[in-house]
Amino acid sequence: MTAKTPSRLEKVLAAGHLAVTSECGPPRGSDPEVIAKKAEMIKDYVDAVNITDNQTSMTRMCSLAACIRLKLMGLDPVLQMVTRDRNRIALQSDILGAASFDIHNVLCLSGDHQSFGDCANGQNVHDIDSMQLLQTVRLMRDDGKFLGGDDIKRPPQMFVGAAANPFADPFEIRVPRLAKKVSAGAEFIQTQCIYNLDKFELWMKMMRDRGLHEKVYILAGLTPMKSAGMARYMKKRVPGMDVPDEVVDRMAAVPKEQQAQEGIDICVEAIERLKEVEGVAGFHVMAIEWEEKVPEIVERTGLHPRPAVD
Amino acid sequence: MIVAEKKPIQEIIEEIKTHDSVLILGCNECVTVCEAGGKKEVGVLASALRMYFLNKGRDMRIDEHTLERQCDHEYLDEIREMIDQYDGVVSLACGVGVQFTAEKYTQKPIYPGVNTFFMGVTESRGVWTERCQGCGQCILASTGGICPVSRCAKRILNGPCGGSTTGNCEINKDVACGWQLIIDRLKALGRLDEYEELAPIKDWSTDRAGGPRKVVREDVQS
Repeated sequence: MTAKTPSRLEKVLAAGHLAVTSECGPPRGSDPEVIAKKAEMIKDYVDAVNITDNQTSMTRMCSLAACIRLKLMGLDPVLQMVTRDRNRIALQSDILGAASFDIHNVLCLSGDHQSFGDCANGQNVHDIDSMQLLQTVRLMRDDGKFLGGDDIKRPPQMFVGAAANPFADPFEIRVPRLAKKVSAGAEFIQTQCIYNLDKFELWMKMMRDRGLHEKVYILAGLTPMKSAGMARYMKKRVPGMDVPDEVVDRMAAVPKEQQAQEGIDICVEAIERLKEVEGVAGFHVMAIEWEEKVPEIVERTGLHPRPAVD
Repeated sequence: MIVAEKKPIQEIIEEIKTHDSVLILGCNECVTVCEAGGKKEVGVLASALRMYFLNKGRDMRIDEHTLERQCDHEYLDEIREMIDQYDGVVSLACGVGVQFTAEKYTQKPIYPGVNTFFMGVTESRGVWTERCQGCGQCILASTGGICPVSRCAKRILNGPCGGSTTGNCEINKDVACGWQLIIDRLKALGRLDEYEELAPIKDWSTDRAGGPRKVVREDVQS
């Protein structure tokens, strides 16, 4: 696959390197230093950085503003956009706003339901869904058109991504659903956090059987766990998460003060194993409020230094 | 049917407490079926209100009447002769009935006695669930007869989202994932291959988004 946009992430992938992305959650306030500090920690260890969009429906600094901060620092941001809070006018408008700062990556999501967040009494929008947002960005980029049919002056140049959860139910449609996202226009996929490696490998096999690995870059999602408590919480409380008992048991088997290191080790081992899986094009390391551990994970898995592209 | 739920009696008391005479007006249609505003509920509410105001030492006249429907002129006309006897009316019809009664009897305060929820079904005795949001452009033909607009918390047309777990929605374990139902149904119909067809961006102009809606049938008018 050859790069179609100026996205650094796309160029790394198109050159055949294993890509590394990470994510930063914007602050619940307006301090620009929070994002800058997180970005500073990881910038030499990743190709692109996702900025989450009011994740878990908690009101935060907007993804677009935080992406602009990263862009001005010289990073390649991935603008996460959920369809929960904005209609098609606002989504297209924000895409153009991002494009005006030469933000070259977008991740199209539906977003957690607002009942999880701090505005549970609010409306949700869902004018279009995540697949239709993929189609929208592709229409804007490839055809230079708005949804309303008019021409866009200086269309956005965005590498278009989507999320996939290989573990959500029903399992039998996980691969058809991926195929649907690819036909809607997804060029890269960042997966849900992977703890059940066997199931993920089965999903990869099923997607390869349909030749999807030749149509879309799969970045395997990984989140190091800080404690056995976090492992149990993710297993029981986070929708769509598959944490096998042996992972929880392994975390619980070490003394509390060593559990964080154990979590990092599990993450490093997972990357080493998944590197060998055909179709895995890179890794999306989501160290939630633990960005300082990203360099260690990237170094230990031999993914540092990041390749120079251009 | 339109599904509604009785308002807390305290809220109704606050609405009517300054009046000396009130008519409790039921509706024999949907709200009777969902046991929120039919003749039986009118009787129960009227008795409770009478007792409340009696205990407060108030001589409040509270009468009962139930119409066949409150969403048709024909039936609403029935109360034309009696409505002037009252200071106010508590309508136990859905929001439609309350409004139509208020439109017809413009000099009389009409208070809602129920909270109106949705268009739904009696799933089992005492349990009513939503089925339709009246988007004005039915897509059930392509979704196995199960509506993602009303049955998915995010009204996703290309679902399910990543929050679907063991057949349930991420918002609540007691809510079925609409998309799981659609997939199960498509499978039962031998049409699961249709799942991969992308649902196009929906035209919501026939929905609430397009403003207050109107259906005009000239063939019926003439």
